[in-house]
Amino acid sequence: MTLVADMPGAANAQGLSQSQKAGILLLAAVALMLARPILPDAMVRLPEWAIPPLAPMLDALFNFIKDDLGLIHLTRFLTGQLEVLLDATANLLYGKRRWPNLGPIPWPAIAAAGAVLGYALGGWRMAVFAGGTFIWTALVGQWKIAMQTMSVLTVAAPVAFLVGLGLGILAWKYRGFDRVIKPILSVLQTLPFFTYLLPAVIFFKVGPTAGAVATIVYAIPPMILMTTLGLRKVPAEVVEAGKMSGCTRLQMLTRVYIPAARTEILVGVNQVIMLCLAMVVLTAFIGMPGLGAKLLSNMGSFKIGNSFEIGVTIVLLAIMLDRMSKAWVLKQPEHFERGTPWWKRNVYLIGFVGAFVVFLGISVLAASLPNVLADDLSLRNLPGYIGGILDEVTRKQSLSNGKEIDTAIKGFLAIDGIQAVTEWLRWFLNVKVLIPFRNAMLWVPTPAFILLVMAFAWWLAGRREALIAGLFFTLVAFSGWWDRSVITLYTVISATILAMMIGIPLGIFASRSERWAGRILLACDTAQTFPSFIYLIPAIMLFGVNDVAVVFSILIFATVPLTRYTIEGLRTVPPEMTEAADMSGASRLQKLLSVQLPLALPTMAVGFNQAIMFAFFMVIIAAFIGTQDLGQELQRTLAGTDLGKNFVLGMNVSLMALTFDLIITKWAETRKQALGLG
Amino acid sequence: MKKLTTALVAGVLAMPMTAFAADSDDPIVIPIHNWSSQIVMSNVVGQIFESMGNNVEYVTTDSQAVYESVRLGDVTLELEVWEGAFGASFRAALEKGGLHDAGDHDAVTREDWWYPMWTKEACPGLPDWKALNDCAELFKTAETGDKGRYLDGPVDWLKHGQERVAALGMDFVVVNAGSAAALWAEIGAAEADKTPVVVFNWTPNFAEAVWPGEFVEFPEWVDGCDKDPSVGPNPDALYDCGNPATGYLKKAAWDGMKDKWPSAYDVLTRISFTNPQIAEMAKLVDVDEMEPEEAAEEWLAANEDIWKPWVETGS
Repeated sequence: MTLVADMPGAANAQGLSQSQKAGILLLAAVALMLARPILPDAMVRLPEWAIPPLAPMLDALFNFIKDDLGLIHLTRFLTGQLEVLLDATANLLYGKRRWPNLGPIPWPAIAAAGAVLGYALGGWRMAVFAGGTFIWTALVGQWKIAMQTMSVLTVAAPVAFLVGLGLGILAWKYRGFDRVIKPILSVLQTLPFFTYLLPAVIFFKVGPTAGAVATIVYAIPPMILMTTLGLRKVPAEVVEAGKMSGCTRLQMLTRVYIPAARTEILVGVNQVIMLCLAMVVLTAFIGMPGLGAKLLSNMGSFKIGNSFEIGVTIVLLAIMLDRMSKAWVLKQPEHFERGTPWWKRNVYLIGFVGAFVVFLGISVLAASLPNVLADDLSLRNLPGYIGGILDEVTRKQSLSNGKEIDTAIKGFLAIDGIQAVTEWLRWFLNVKVLIPFRNAMLWVPTPAFILLVMAFAWWLAGRREALIAGLFFTLVAFSGWWDRSVITLYTVISATILAMMIGIPLGIFASRSERWAGRILLACDTAQTFPSFIYLIPAIMLFGVNDVAVVFSILIFATVPLTRYTIEGLRTVPPEMTEAADMSGASRLQKLLSVQLPLALPTMAVGFNQAIMFAFFMVIIAAFIGTQDLGQELQRTLAGTDLGKNFVLGMNVSLMALTFDLIITKWAETRKQALGLG
Repeated sequence: MKKLTTALVAGVLAMPMTAFAADSDDPIVIPIHNWSSQIVMSNVVGQIFESMGNNVEYVTTDSQAVYESVRLGDVTLELEVWEGAFGASFRAALEKGGLHDAGDHDAVTREDWWYPMWTKEACPGLPDWKALNDCAELFKTAETGDKGRYLDGPVDWLKHGQERVAALGMDFVVVNAGSAAALWAEIGAAEADKTPVVVFNWTPNFAEAVWPGEFVEFPEWVDGCDKDPSVGPNPDALYDCGNPATGYLKKAAWDGMKDKWPSAYDVLTRISFTNPQIAEMAKLVDVDEMEPEEAAEEWLAANEDIWKPWVETGS
C-alpha cells in the first residue's frame, strides 16, 4: 500500500483546480522517477512476498463451485440440452448424423430463401446481395464449413437474444438488479475473449457446445443494455394509453412496452448477431469447427490464398447479416386493411417457403446430373456445370483460386519498393521508437506509474475517476503480472497513437465530401469484419516477428473507429457554427482547427475510446506473432486447465481497459455539456 | 463399394470378436488439430473404425488441451503424441490418470534449428553449427544489431534456444515466434529474395515439401544433456547439445476405450505409421489441396496392404 503514503500531498490540495491537482500528482510521480536510483527495490516493483497467490486461490474457489457445489452437473446437464439444439441445426445445415436426420438442406434452397428474405427486408439490392453471398460461399467450396459456423450461430444468436431481453427487462423493472448488473456488464465487455473460452471448455465440454456458450455470453451484454435503454425511453403517453385500455401487466409488457421499444431492441439484435459472428470465428481456438477452424489450419500450413478466401466469405456473411438486421430496424410493421386475404398479408412468407421448396426440388432432381469439373469449365459446358453443382459443389467443382491468390500476395510483398519501405519502417519504428518507449515504460517504478495514470485521470476527468484509476492499477500491481501488463499497455498506446496519426487525417479528408465519406466508411466496415487474425500473416511477412508487426496488426483495427467517429463528429457540427466562422472570414484551416475540430472532439473521443478497446482486444490475438505481454500468457493458459491464472490475466486486461473507458467517457460527457451539445 | 468393404471386414472380424463384448454404438470421438498430417491420419483411422462398423465423430481441439479431454473421456484417443511438443502435457495427464500410452508409431520425430536450402548458398559450411556461427552476421535483422537472429518456436514449447546460444557461446539473438504460423510467414517472406534464415522446425512436417531444407547439426544429443552440466562439449552448461534426432511419436487412449470399443481399441494398439507415410498424408492436403476426408479415402485405397493386416489379425 505504498500508494496511500503518497496520497496526502494530493488530498491536502482541496482548493486547487482540477489540472493543478493533476499537476501535483504528476510532480509526485516525477519525483519518484528521479529518485529511482536511490529507491529501495520494493518501491520499484512489488516484492514477490507481497503478491497474494491469487491464481491458486481462484483455482480452489472454482473447484469448490464446480465440484463441491456441483455446478458441473448443472452445466453438463445444460450441455446436453444445448447439444440437442446444436445437433439439430447441424443436421439440417450440413448433414451431421443426428436427429432429425433430414439434412443437409441443399445450398440452392438456402440461397433462394435467403434472397427472398433479403427482398422482404431491403428490396432488390438486398435480395441480390444475400443470394450472391450464398452463391459465392458455395462456389468457392466453403459451403460445409460456412454452414458449420452458421449452425452454431442460429442457436447462439436466438439464445443470446432471449436471455439478453429477459435480463434487460429485469434490469429495467428492478433498480437494484440494474445496479448490480451494470458493473458486471462493463467487465464482461472488456474481458479478453480468451478468458471466455477456458471456463466454457471446462464447464461445457470441448467442441461446439463450449463454443456456443462462449459466444452467447459474449453477445449478451449489448442486448441487455439496449433493452433497458429502449424500455426507459417509452413515452409516458403511450404507457397511459395502454393503461386506459385496461392492459394487464403482461399485456403492458408485450403489447405496449416492447413494441414501443422496438427500434432499440432490434439494434440490440443487430449487435447480438454481429458479436456472435465475430466470436464464432474466434472459438476455433477451443475446437469449434467451421470457418474459423479452417482459417486457423490454413494459416498453420501457410495457405495465404485460401485464408483470404475464407476471410472474404466471413466479411460477406457479416455484411449481409448486418445490413439485413439493420433493414429490419428501419422497416416499420405493415398494417393491412380489415379483410385483406391471408395470402396478401403473408406474401413474403409464401415467397420464402415457395422459393425454398422449388429450389429444394431442383437440387434433388439435379443430383443425378453428371458433374462437370471446374478445370474443364468453358462457355459451352456452362449449363452442364451449373446443372452439376445444383445439388452440391464438390472440391473438384469449386472455383477456389487459393494458389493464384497465394502467388499474387507473395509477389506483391516481394516488390523491391515495398520491401525497402517496410525494411526502413521496421528499423525506424523498432530501434528509434518502440523499443526505447517500451524500455522507458518498464523503467518507471510501479508507484510512479500508478501516480501518472491518476494524474492523467484527474486532469481529464476528475477526482472520482482518478481514485478508481489508482485502485485499478494497484490491483494490477498486486496481481503479480505488472511487467506484462505494462508491455500490453505499451503496445496499446503505441498502436493507438499511430492509429490517430492515420485515422484522424483520413476522417477529416473523408468528411469533406459525401462520396468519399461513403467509400471510406465502407472500407472501415470491411476492415472491421475481416476476421482479426487474418491480418497477422501479412503483418509478419511485411515486418518480421517483432513489435512492429504486432503494432501494425493492431493498427488496422484501431484506425477504423477513429476514422468513423471523426467523420461522424465533423458532419454533425451545427451548420450555423461553420457559417459563423465563414462570416468572420476564417480560412479553411482556421475553421477546421478552431471551430469544427473542437466541436467534433466529444464525438471523436468516443472513437478514441473504441480504438483503445479494439487495441486491447487485438493485442491479445497478436500473441500469435510473438509478444511478451499478457496475451502470450493467456494463450498459454488455453492449453491447460489454469482457470485461476487465466482469470487473473483476463482481469488485468479488463481493469486497464476499464480505466481508459471511464476516463474518456467522463471527459467526453463534460465536454459535451460545456459545448452545449446535449 | 464401401458397403462391400464394410461387410468383408465385419465378416473377418466376426469370429475373433466373439471373444470380446461388441463395440458400443456410441461414436468414437477423434480429436483433430491444426496441422494436416494429424487431420488426415485421424480421418484414416476414423474410416478404418467405420469400416469395422463403429460410429466415429471428429472434434477440433487444441493440441495441448486435448490430453485433459482424453483423460475425461470427452474424446477417445489421440493419434499424434510428439515427444518434444506434447510430451509434457501427455505425462501430466498420465499422472492424473484416465488415459494411457497406446503404443508408438514407427515414425521418429526431430525438432531443432533448421534452415531452408537457399540459406546454404550464402553459408556453404552448413549444416555444421560452427559454420552457422561463423555466418551469424548473415542472419542479422534491424533489432538484433550485428548478431544473427534465430527464430525459435513459441516460448511455451520450451525449446531452450536461449540456453543453447549461451552454452555454446554463439553470436545469435533468440526471438520467439508466437505460433507455427508465424514461423511459416517468416520463411515465406524470406523466400522471395532468398534471405538466409534459421528457424525452429520439425519433422515430419508439411514444410519439408514446400521448402526443402536441413537441420543444423549441433553436438550430438547425449542423455543427461538437459540435466547434467558435465555432459556435452561445455562442461559448465546445460543444453549444450542438439535435440534427440529420434524422438517418439505415440498414440494415447482413454482408459475407458478398452471396455467400450474393444475391437477398435485392439486395432488402435496395432496402428503404426512411418515418416514417409505421414509425409504422404500431409502432402495430399497441403500440396494436392484435397479435403482431409478425401485424402484419407485415397490413402486407404492406395495402401490396403498396410492397414488391412491391422484389422484382420484381430485376436
